[in-house]
Amino acid sequence: MYPPNFNYVRAGSVAEALSLIASEDDAKFLAGGHSLVPAMKLRLDAPGTLIDIGRIEDLRGIAYGSGDENDCIGPLTTHATIASSNLASALVEAAGGIGDPQVRNRGTIGGNIAHADPASDLPTVLTALEASIRVENPSNARNIDAANFFTGLFETSLEENELITVIAVPREGAGTGSAYAKLFNPASRYAVVGACASVTLNNGVVSRARVAVGGLTPMATRCGSVEAALEGRSTDAIKEASAQVASDVGDDILEDIHASAEYRLGVIPVYVERALQAACARAAG
Amino acid sequence: MGVSISLNINGEARSLDNVEPRLLLVDLIREELGLTGTNIGCDTSQCGACTVHMDGLAVKSCTVLAVQADGSDVVTIEGMAEDGQLTAMQQAFWDEHGLQCGFCTPGMIMAGVKLVEGNPDISDEEIRHGLEGNICRCTGYQNIVKAMKVAAQAAA
Repeated sequence: MYPPNFNYVRAGSVAEALSLIASEDDAKFLAGGHSLVPAMKLRLDAPGTLIDIGRIEDLRGIAYGSGDENDCIGPLTTHATIASSNLASALVEAAGGIGDPQVRNRGTIGGNIAHADPASDLPTVLTALEASIRVENPSNARNIDAANFFTGLFETSLEENELITVIAVPREGAGTGSAYAKLFNPASRYAVVGACASVTLNNGVVSRARVAVGGLTPMATRCGSVEAALEGRSTDAIKEASAQVASDVGDDILEDIHASAEYRLGVIPVYVERALQAACARAAG
Repeated sequence: MGVSISLNINGEARSLDNVEPRLLLVDLIREELGLTGTNIGCDTSQCGACTVHMDGLAVKSCTVLAVQADGSDVVTIEGMAEDGQLTAMQQAFWDEHGLQCGFCTPGMIMAGVKLVEGNPDISDEEIRHGLEGNICRCTGYQNIVKAMKVAAQAAA
């Protein structure tokens, strides 16, 4: 299968990429190409021009923060690099479970979140971890909270001429732990459902809980009811709190040949519980 | 509008003019360079039959544009044996009967080489997990895993 025809231009710097996106009609950025190229082969996308940003070294790699500073991930950082990093445990865990080794060697975090596949893992994790996504256009830069970045099925709040330049993720201090648990599609390894939890423990009490789920909703969804049911209580409340997820996910539940909506709703509390248990175990050190 | 690219393929520098931007790396390898050991199976980055090494990493060449490989070192199954001498992984596939129809074999070998690299005592579980991206439709995994364990030891 060939992708539809397109013009190809290569950007050598962020400035060049931004100037190209402003001047080309119907253009898209190409990073690792592991979401965009398959989508083009299936004729789900047909941009007129691809601006290859894959060689801009400024956009690759991880800068670890110190103290309260965030860890900053360049959008061209591959899943393989994240899977062997010292970033928040849930992110490391989720990146290591994407696709397979070959896919992780090419697929990038920036491409992944710009694509915003509802069955993807990283949107769920970045939402739970309260990551911030920095985007730039030729004249401006802005930071978008992950919760506002994903807006729907394959939709984000990225404007047409904006480029993701940094994904900033809070560091996990002492007493905080995170985890990601998913039901793998056995062929593609995409999440049929996935759950991410980040928890802070204080003398056996959950003082802070952040939970998000994906795979069953059009976009990653924060679970305020689960969080509220757990905060201020001991880890014994995890099972009960996990059951609250039904009131967080709304009525628009995805279904496909892999799982019905009913099945996804039935199984999601189990994965929320698993993510919370693992996050608490890590928080307890 | 064609693009000029140059890459190192199995140790040989090659330059190609007028490459269509939508040409996939696997099609460049098979059609333009005539190296048909790399197979196209699913063409949707799942089966791994098209696995090659690009700058030292195993990648699925059905999901890489040829223009993205410009300037890269690419190694295919044809670049493995030197002077007719099979590599440890190839020999182990022969000795352990790690293939049936043989279609997935080039991709299995290219993925396997990277999987066992620096891990001579790799476990069955690690191999099976690491082969998530390579499908054998003959379901001959038993001997594929055996071959990779033997090769891991032999390469150490």
